[in-house]
Amino acid sequence: MAKRRNLPELLIARSHHDMGGRPAGKVKPLEHDVEDWERRVDAMMVLLTGVLGGKRLMTVDELRKNIEALGPEAYDRMSYYERWVTSITQTMIQRGVITTDELSRKMEQVKARLEEACRK
Amino acid sequence: MPQVSDKRGARAARPQYPNDLPSEPVRFAPGERVHVRQTAPLGHIRTPFYIRGCRGTIERLCGAFPNPEELAQQRSGLPAQPLYRVRFLQKDVWPGYRGNPADVIEIEIFQHWLEKA
Repeated sequence: MAKRRNLPELLIARSHHDMGGRPAGKVKPLEHDVEDWERRVDAMMVLLTGVLGGKRLMTVDELRKNIEALGPEAYDRMSYYERWVTSITQTMIQRGVITTDELSRKMEQVKARLEEACRK
Repeated sequence: MPQVSDKRGARAARPQYPNDLPSEPVRFAPGERVHVRQTAPLGHIRTPFYIRGCRGTIERLCGAFPNPEELAQQRSGLPAQPLYRVRFLQKDVWPGYRGNPADVIEIEIFQHWLEKA
């Protein structure tokens, strides 16, 4: 069983994302294409932070906060832009731009659309 | 951000960072010894875990910027926090470091994470 740590120790513990300096293998450079949905997520961030369009609905710091709040398992499983889109969604809910109900209904619509497309 | 040069090669007068924000007074000067606080408030922190608790030397003042920990919580981050480039000896950061003992690592750290060493 893991050693039980006290509260002060837990509060100064390393967050999962904060991996700098941890033992690791060599970095393997890997070429890969950026998918269309990933470009769209990037574009959304440009618009939401007001880099273009002049309307600031969130900061990059909130993007980071909500990425860093992911559990270790989710953090490792998700790809770069999957983390982004999850964090943007979380931020929009926190800011009241969308509600969880609107999100869930939209997701149902999208799911239905995909299922419809698969049947054809 | 890259340095901006005009055609004569001189540095343009354009500031490299917003300098018109209300900011916390600057507490450290280049050459001063500092100690990085060993703490971890919740939320978004830009001070890497591995450098907390280490001692280093102020290399330069980089400017003052809205506090990212506050920006992450939908607040203004003002007054702006002075940001320093701090130089550490690698051997002081990594236990058992086997490289050149003069090797350094430089990290940009906000003033509220630093204390006089």
